[in-house]
Formats: sequence, C-alpha cells, structure tokens
Amino acid sequence: MNQTEAEFSYRLWRHDGAQGELIPLLQSAQDHFGYIPRRAIKYISGVAKVPESKIYGVITFYSQFRLQPMGKHAIRMCTGTACHVANAGMLLETIEDELGIEVNGTTEDGTFTLFSVACIGCCSLAPVMMVDDDTHGSLTPVTTRRIVRKVRRKTLAGEKKAAAEKPEEDAAASPAKE
Amino acid sequence: MSMILVGMSTCGMSAGAKDTYKSLEALVEGSDNELTFTGCIGMCFKEPLVEIREGERRTIYGHVDKKRAKEIYETHVVGGEELPDYIVYQEDGGKACGGSEQQFLERQERIVLRNCGLINPESLEQYENRGGYQATRKALLEISPEEIISELKDSGLRGRGGAGFPTGLKWSFCAGYESDVKYVVCNADEGDPGAFMDRSVLEGDPHAVLEGMIICGKAIGAAFGYIYCRAEYPLAIHRLQVAIADAVAKGYLGENIFGSGFSFDIKIKQGAGAFVCGEETALFASIEGERGMPRIRPPFPAEKGVFGKPTNNNNVETFANVPWIISNGGQAYRKYGTEKSPGTKVFALAGKIAKGGLAEVSMGRTIEDILFGIGGGIKEGREFKAVQMGGPSGGCIPADLKHTPVDFENIPKTGAIMGSGGMVVMDDRTCMVDMARFFLDFTQDESCGKCTFCRIGTLRMLETLERITRGEGEVEDTDMLAELGEQIKQASLCGLGQTAPNPVLSTMRYYMDEFLAHIKHKSCPAGSCQALVDFIIIEEKCTGCGVCAKDCPVDAISGIKKQPYIIDIEACVQCGKCMTSCAFDAIYTVGKKVAAS
Repeated sequence: MNQTEAEFSYRLWRHDGAQGELIPLLQSAQDHFGYIPRRAIKYISGVAKVPESKIYGVITFYSQFRLQPMGKHAIRMCTGTACHVANAGMLLETIEDELGIEVNGTTEDGTFTLFSVACIGCCSLAPVMMVDDDTHGSLTPVTTRRIVRKVRRKTLAGEKKAAAEKPEEDAAASPAKE
Repeated sequence: MSMILVGMSTCGMSAGAKDTYKSLEALVEGSDNELTFTGCIGMCFKEPLVEIREGERRTIYGHVDKKRAKEIYETHVVGGEELPDYIVYQEDGGKACGGSEQQFLERQERIVLRNCGLINPESLEQYENRGGYQATRKALLEISPEEIISELKDSGLRGRGGAGFPTGLKWSFCAGYESDVKYVVCNADEGDPGAFMDRSVLEGDPHAVLEGMIICGKAIGAAFGYIYCRAEYPLAIHRLQVAIADAVAKGYLGENIFGSGFSFDIKIKQGAGAFVCGEETALFASIEGERGMPRIRPPFPAEKGVFGKPTNNNNVETFANVPWIISNGGQAYRKYGTEKSPGTKVFALAGKIAKGGLAEVSMGRTIEDILFGIGGGIKEGREFKAVQMGGPSGGCIPADLKHTPVDFENIPKTGAIMGSGGMVVMDDRTCMVDMARFFLDFTQDESCGKCTFCRIGTLRMLETLERITRGEGEVEDTDMLAELGEQIKQASLCGLGQTAPNPVLSTMRYYMDEFLAHIKHKSCPAGSCQALVDFIIIEEKCTGCGVCAKDCPVDAISGIKKQPYIIDIEACVQCGKCMTSCAFDAIYTVGKKVAAS
C-alpha cells in the first residue's frame, strides 16, 4: 500500500460522519487516483452517508476536482492578470499548437494535460507556467516550446528505458487491464 | 562565522532558489558557517536572493544562480571581500548603508512584513527571538478581552481583505453573542489574480498569523480556529502545518496556554479552487463541505457563521497586524497612515512594472510614490497608462490620477477599490477593452450561479465585450453594458456579483475613446486585440529563416531566405500563427490603421 492509498483509506476509516470532512476526503481520493473515479464516489457516499448526487454536486463546483484521468504531466499555464498583461494568451495558443490539444485536454499518448489556471502567485515573473511542480517564468513562445519538448523527450526516453528493462511488468500495468 | 540565508518562498523557488540552496549546501558543509532559508523579502524582481549575515551586518545579493553562489561564497564568506556589483541591499546595525535597491526597502514601513525575509519561517525559536508570542502572553495573562478589543478599536485597524471594516468593531459584535461554541476563521483564500501578499506572509511569517488568531479567540471567547487556505499555495500550507505543530509542542496552542486557563486549537482547511469561496459566507459553506455558495445576510457571521455558530472572519494580513498592535499599543499604530485609514498596507506590484514585488507602506501615500518611488516605474521605460487595483472587483485608475492617495477614502472615489492590495500596472501596449473582457471572463467563470443577474448578466456582458474585441461591436453596446452592469450590481447577493461589473464600468468611464476605436474604427490602439491589429515583421530582428512563411495558412508572408520577410496585410487573417512560431520575437502588432474620414 503506498502513501496516498494509506492516507485515503485512513481518512475513510476515521470518518465520523462530520459533514466538514467531505472535501478533504475528495482531495485525498484525488491525490491517490489522480482523479475521482466512480468507485471512489461510491466508497465516500457509503462511509460519509452523503448521497452520490450531492458528492457529484460538490465535485463539479470546485475546479480542483477532476472526473477524468489526466496525463503524466500537468501543464498549468497561468492566465492571471499579470500574466495576461504579459501576453499569456499567446503562449497558451503556442502550447495548444505544440501539443495539438485544447485547454483541459490530454494528448493522445497520455503525456500531457493542459490547464489554464488563475494566478499561481508568481506575478513578478510573468508570464509563468507550471509543469507538474516546477515553475517556469519570463516565458516567450520559443522558450515555452523548448520546455514542453524537453519534458516530452525525457518522458519518451524514460518510457523506452523502462520498457527495455522490465517488459513483463510494463505489460501487466498497461491500462487495458484496468 | 557567517549565516547564509536563501530566500525560499514560491517566488524565489520559481526563479531557481532550490538550485542555489543545494550548491551552497555543498559549499558550507564542513565549515562553521550556517546555511538556512527565509521567506520573501519582497524584491521578487531580484530573486533568487542570498543574504550573508555577519553579526549586525547584513548583505543581500540578487540574481544568485549556482555560479554566482559559488563566487559569493568563495569571495565574501571565505575571503571576507564583498562583491559590490551584485549587492542589492546592505544594512549595518539596523541602518541601510548601500546596495543597488536600497530605495526599494528604505521607502517602506514594515509592520506586517516585519519578519518576512529575516527569520526562518519554519523555526519557532527565531520567531521567539524577534519577540514572538509576547503579544499572546500579554493578551492571555495581562489584559482582559474587553481591553484587547478596545486596543484594536484605538488602533483603527480596518479589514485588509478589501472591504475595510473596522476590526475592533467586528470582534466586539462576535464577542457580544452568547454561545457554547464560537469560531475564528482566517481567510487565506487569496483568489485575486495579481495579489500575493497573503501568500508571502504565510510563507514568511506563519506564526504571526497564528498569534493574531489566538488573540482573537481570547477576545471573542472562541476555542477553535480554521485557516481556509487555497490549495494552489502548497508551500504556504506546508509552512502553516509546521508552525502549528511547533506551537502545539511548545504549548502556544492547545490546552491551558501560558497557564491562563484559555485553550485554543487551529485546523487548516484546504480550498478546492473556487474564487467565490473568498466571500465569507461561501467560505463557511465550503468549510462545512458544501458547494461554496454564499448565503443571505442577516444573520451575519457574528451571530451565525460556521456550522451556525458565532464566527469571526478576518484576512491573513489583518491577523498579522494584531500581535504588533497588542505589543505596541493602538496609539502607536496610529502613527502610520491617515486618520481614517491608520496603519500600513502591503501592496503586490505586478504587471508592466520595473521592480515587481511586495511593498508595505503607510496608507495615504500616492500611487505615484508607490509605483515610481518604490516600484521603479514602468518596464522598458514605456509609458504609464493605468494601474488596476482590487482585481476582478476593482477598477483601473488612469495615469492622470496618479496623485491620488492610496487609502480607503480616496481610492473608491476613482471607481476602483482598495481590495486586497494587488496593483497590476499597465503600459501603452495594454488594451483596456481587453482588460475589461479579461476580468469579466474571470468573474463569469467563477460565478457560483445562485443569482440570475450574476450568472446570466455577466455572460451577456462578456459576449458583448468579446464581440467588441473581435471588431463586431455596435455603438449601442456601451449603453447596454453600463445599464446591465448597474443591474447586476443591484441584483446580486454577494460581493462577487455586486462588484463584477466594476472593471467594465471603470474602464468605460476613463477609456471610452478606446471602446469607440474598437467599435467604430475596428482598430485596437494598443495593438493587443488580435482581430483588430496588423501583424508586422521587425526587419532588424528577422533572420529570414522562413518558418513563419511556411506556417502561414493563407500564404500572406513572403520573402527571400536570409533577408527580412514581409507580411501582406491585405491577405493576413490575423490568426497569430506566425507570432507563436517565430523564434526571434520578430513579429509585432500595431493597431489597424484607421482610414482618414
């Protein structure tokens, strides 16, 4: 059992029916699964005694929660005020063009999911984007493309290496069996 | 022996402070020098920052990457020789004595940011050495709850979240209600795009906020506090968790604090990404695990707040002021600021400003003083056009009004609001119609959908503005926007809807000519709205690589390899493809030429 799974189970187990615990439960479910799958809603509904419809209502209200799985890397392009003034819209188009997806979309190979977010609080380095937990500031179309390509190359190289090293495990973990 | 401090808040880290810290770590190992980290000192434009502290002498270096870190360590720390070229600020015995950015810090007055950038935010000991938890001791042992409230009333502190409601008065309301359970809530859901002062306080001095909450708990008779922090601030949440754990271990939180018989606990609630949750009743709904939708007032939170119990809700910056006021007295606080807006305010300078960062100044200083005196004016020497204050609830203040004093009385007269203190600076390349559209796009998206006018009205306004920026606007549109804007303000329940039209109304008030240029002449004077501009290739920058011509979907670009290319304006469809593919930033936009008529 890994850490996120332990955290999620622990929260489910500890839950005492307090209404205020619903959002933390959903957050830990998302930490574990990467999104909130149907079965997690079912577990939570059973434990928290909250109807599934209501949980769905809470999930769709908050922008943090996702009902779809996401790519290996999340690109968060900041479109807050300072970044907007610094032409973030053009950069968003650049990434969309580079990856062939639109905002909130995931690339076909499952490498990237693109989000547009409001202000990540690095206004003085605008325009800014986050690739997973790394923040990149003072972007131009050129540097943006360069960063995205670098991450993609790294991911592909990592995948090839992993496939070469342990082909059996890789096959077992393929999403087809999920 | 020297102490080396690396600025490690979100702004520092995105500029590469982690690498700087790592390389210094390797260098310091085995020596008697001490390496630690600190919060944001406010000079975000010079990050990553490294400070060398030798006794009373503090030297801060700017733009310290791995290479420069090594140089500074070898020359200054080991060799004892300072590197004046990189020094941004220097201080000896508490007095500023040099550095290229001396003015930036010298012109500020720091109460809220008193510890930011000076202490390690994850060290309770360093906070105590700066007088930490003395205010709590005083509030719990020496003075009565009534005296705490009267001290705050004396200070004249007004809520720093934006509305400016007198804090002492707010506390006295909540103290007046009898209840077995009461709550203190700290609103750390800093959602305004362009504001980051609360994040810096939480990352740089979390204990000050905890202290403010404990004192508030004592004053109103509450034993439990929530900090509602947005999930987009993982580092702030981490530092708060560390601070709470340390405070609990030391007995500053928990049962019977200082043996006074008063107990207080604090829990962090993470937001889940909804701007409307910065509105207090929506925030309470979110703490309770519901959709974060605002509730009708009255009953006011002081009577029925979180879980239907009396609740006092203040902003991060307000709480950070409280310990200082209790320690130094309300009258001392009045020495700063104006009569009706006492004290200081932290402003986040961003946008087209030369020195973006945090500045804390007395209320009542002029916009010009803050932007030019501290912020260093406009980036690349361009022309100052406007400053946006109050985020999506505020408005734009044009350059003509730069002598306006910044306080709760004068800013609303311009049509903007104080807000949480974000100042986004715009230059002549920023289109005001597009700014209005941008803010409405934000509020429209974040509207919770409860009130019809806020839900549908903002969408209709947004559609109209989008048409205008596409060049399909009509003259009647401006009247319609003004009328609908007023209606939305009147027919919405919470602050989000009541203020959502402000950015549009205030830009129409000062920049009607720009609206008309879009509508009548189908031209964007600032060269920003893509459909209303001409794309031009800057000859000096073009290398003639031909990528743009290859990418152009309508073959509007032509030229000879290795010579500057040309865009045929007649054939161009303004898709912007060339701009995103040019590797040399050689493509530029200007407002469409208006035919003389």
